[in-house]
Amino acid sequence: MSTYRIQGATGEWEVVIGLEVHAQVTSNAKLFSGASTAFGAEPNTQVSLVDAAMPGMLPVPNRECIRQAVRTGMAIEAQINKWSRFDRKNYFYADLPQGYQISQLYHPIVGEGQLHIEADEKAGIPEDKIIGIERIHVEQDAGKLMHDQHPTMSYVDLNRVGIALMEIVSKPDMRSPAEAGAYVRKLRSILRYVGSCDGNMEEGSMRADVNVSVRRPGEEFGTRTETKNVNSVRFVMQVIEYEANRQVDVIENGGTVDQETRLFDPNTGTTRTMRSKEDAHDYRYFPDPDLLPLELEDSFIEDCRASLPELPDAKRARYENELGLTPYNARELTAEVETFGRFETLLAATAAKIGKPEAKVATQVANWALSVAPGVAKSLGDEADMANATAEAQASILAMQDKGEISGGQAKEIYEFVLKDGGDPEAIADEKGLKQVSDTGAIEAAIDEILANNEDKVEQYRGGKDKLFGFFVGQTMKAMQGKANPAVVNQILKSKLDG
Amino acid sequence: MTDFTQLGVKQIRDGVAGGDFTAREVAESFNAAVAAAAELNAFIVTTPDHALAAADATDAKRAKGEDLGKMGGVPIGMKDLFATKGVQTTAASHILEGFKPEYESTVSQNLWDAGAGMLGKLNLDQFAMGSSNETSYFGNVSSPWKKDGTNAAMSPGGSSGGSSSAVAARIAPAATGTDTGGSIRQPAAFTGICGIKPTYGRCSRWGVVAFASSLDQAGPMARSVEDCAIMLEAMAGFDPKDATSLQMDVPNWEAALSADLKGKKIGIPKEYRMDGTDQAILDSWEQGKAMLRDAGAEIVDVSLPHTKYALPAYYIIAPAEASSNLARYDGVRYGLRDLPEGAGLQDMYAATRAAGFGDEVKRRVLIGTYVLSAGFYDAYYTQAQKIRTLVAQDFEKAFEQCDVILAPTTPTASFPLGSLNDDPLTMYLNDVFAVPASLAGLPAMSVPATINEDGLPLGLQIVGKPFDEQGVLNAGLAIQQRAGFEAQPEKWW
Repeated sequence: MSTYRIQGATGEWEVVIGLEVHAQVTSNAKLFSGASTAFGAEPNTQVSLVDAAMPGMLPVPNRECIRQAVRTGMAIEAQINKWSRFDRKNYFYADLPQGYQISQLYHPIVGEGQLHIEADEKAGIPEDKIIGIERIHVEQDAGKLMHDQHPTMSYVDLNRVGIALMEIVSKPDMRSPAEAGAYVRKLRSILRYVGSCDGNMEEGSMRADVNVSVRRPGEEFGTRTETKNVNSVRFVMQVIEYEANRQVDVIENGGTVDQETRLFDPNTGTTRTMRSKEDAHDYRYFPDPDLLPLELEDSFIEDCRASLPELPDAKRARYENELGLTPYNARELTAEVETFGRFETLLAATAAKIGKPEAKVATQVANWALSVAPGVAKSLGDEADMANATAEAQASILAMQDKGEISGGQAKEIYEFVLKDGGDPEAIADEKGLKQVSDTGAIEAAIDEILANNEDKVEQYRGGKDKLFGFFVGQTMKAMQGKANPAVVNQILKSKLDG
Repeated sequence: MTDFTQLGVKQIRDGVAGGDFTAREVAESFNAAVAAAAELNAFIVTTPDHALAAADATDAKRAKGEDLGKMGGVPIGMKDLFATKGVQTTAASHILEGFKPEYESTVSQNLWDAGAGMLGKLNLDQFAMGSSNETSYFGNVSSPWKKDGTNAAMSPGGSSGGSSSAVAARIAPAATGTDTGGSIRQPAAFTGICGIKPTYGRCSRWGVVAFASSLDQAGPMARSVEDCAIMLEAMAGFDPKDATSLQMDVPNWEAALSADLKGKKIGIPKEYRMDGTDQAILDSWEQGKAMLRDAGAEIVDVSLPHTKYALPAYYIIAPAEASSNLARYDGVRYGLRDLPEGAGLQDMYAATRAAGFGDEVKRRVLIGTYVLSAGFYDAYYTQAQKIRTLVAQDFEKAFEQCDVILAPTTPTASFPLGSLNDDPLTMYLNDVFAVPASLAGLPAMSVPATINEDGLPLGLQIVGKPFDEQGVLNAGLAIQQRAGFEAQPEKWW
């Protein structure tokens, strides 16, 4: 149970949140036309006759977009509807050439599903939680209006018109900004795992409509407002915070919350009325007569299922249970597609190089990937050329470390050289003298000299002052200029002192 | 110059192929006839050069001994609802005046590929909304027929009124039509020609200006059943660009034509005996039965109990779809733009659509918007869809007892232009017999049956099972052979 509460003048208020996330489907072509979907093209260069709604043009569903929606539905453990249908949502706007958006109101392609968010004490999520998902439907995106190009006219760019969107509608199951943030992050992660959306919120590939209401804890839902087109996790959380407080103020001052559509202003962190319920569009939804109902064949559904990758929750469990990683490391490594991708490549390369099973080297690789390597890169700043950070080079360093040829510090130093100038880590280690001395003769000679020069301390140690062991190690390492293999030093020191 | 304008599709095709005359001679003859028939107002634009170029291409192919195609050397009229590349396409609306598409509709392209040429773009009711061809922005079309003893301009029917007028007047051997709720069959009946609306999905809707998507279907209009069969073969076919297109091969309807109806059962729906139907029409229906019996068929009574609800349901579904389909005419990207001084976007929409759409179009957009509105949707649209299902089920049951259904095409003969202008409901009743087959998506044809006491043509309608255009055409052929309809309008234009 979330403990997040708004402290009003008259008592505590609970926040109820539902999110409608619009995720642009990753596909080369639009939902109902063959036009390209690439981002950043010159205005109005990716517009087919269908997108421009020329007279007599007809939509034809793009199989790939349907496939991605089905795969996404499977990834949230949702009901896949073998029979769905497209409806028209009618309204006039300059970014909507057809005068209607083809969407799915009555029979969406994906039914109820769910998404797990994990406990995160620091973020204010006391325990794991399941957020229900109402549905996913597929619909067309609209174009873009540019109001700053001409003093009295607006310009229209239709490149985005007709690109496929999945609208992923949650149940009103979230109770704090933190939960909503975790939900969006988790959803984004799943979409990126599945490859059905690139999750790029800055480019608008993912945006959320945020539904917020407040109530006395445990009572009936209050009236909700919907804040449109919020395009970052941080903004989603800001909207909830602001809206919840605003609504509490309204109610506590004797007013009522209007069911309305609002807009978020990222500059001020506030929301304002976009249109009230009275001005709400009557969208006159009805089944699109240009399209037959969508019927999915069993073989299509099976292919979709077979193409699903390992998903975040499963991967995280495997990292903990089979690779023996800490829960923290497992979570960090599985959060992003790029992170686990790099980790798994490095893990495979390192295990191969060392000749041990992955589970035996996973912890070493995880620590390297999450903390050591990023630390080195960060310390170098602009000097680091990340193109040099190949799995091969890093595996080579980790293998030398595993064999005791280099120390942890030397590993970092070698990696610095690699990041700056590239090159083979083993050659660098040789060239720069960055290898530990495991030659027992040299170490023994050094130790003998130190023990001879410190007879008093040797006596004290043998008299029971165990702590002096560290002193002898330090002296030896100093004499060896830090290049002695600490394990070998320990072993010889121990035999000489205790022997 | 020999006059070829009496010739039909088959005669022209065979004559050109056989070397009796050239395609160019035929095209010149029809171009001249079109140019001389401006009074009919059947064409919005004429394209004599298109007709000549296609004819020359056919003649050149013949010289090289190549296949001339199903429509080789036949110049036709193209209803101005089909997008034709580089040639103004208006749907007879001011809002599209001057619009020249960058693309060619699938049906028209199929026809050009089959060797046909284009005489021009034919007038029609605006956005195919109308039953008299009086709603065109480009003026009324006159039928070539006159009521005996009067000089009043008569309606050629609608919405394919330019098509019916041109074919009946022999200024085109054939023309394309589209039928949403009778727009091929009713004008064919009014002008004494044949017209078939195939099964929904036979002809691609790609590039046809949409009226009501779930009902719109293209088809040929010509003076014989054979000509319709030939032209429909050229028009039809699966089109991946139309999601409602039928993924079926096009049968060789012409080759399989047969007026021998032995073993066939003809259904007579009792519900089509409606009040207000002309006695002459009822008489011609009786004659039709006799003709089909004579062709070897058995006549059986069938019932289509939901017939009386079909027209009201149609006038909900078609306007609902139209209200949405016509939203794209907003003045933003093409066609008319009316941007009053200082106007914003909403003002531009309102001004453009107020100036661009005719009254009948506005009426239907308003009806359609109303029936889809929150609070009215279930009462109107949902109910109408249920009726549509019931109407289709009526036909399914009836076709358990018969092979095709015979009925009148219209309740009356043609009427003088202007006579029903103040009475849209009576106007809508023109399609009362045509609409049920449209709602059910069935193939249906009108063939000329007789001339009434006023000297005006009457048609009979044949409705078939889904995909059974052949059965419809064959029954039509049997009537054509027995009716001996030879009447022609007297030339006054």
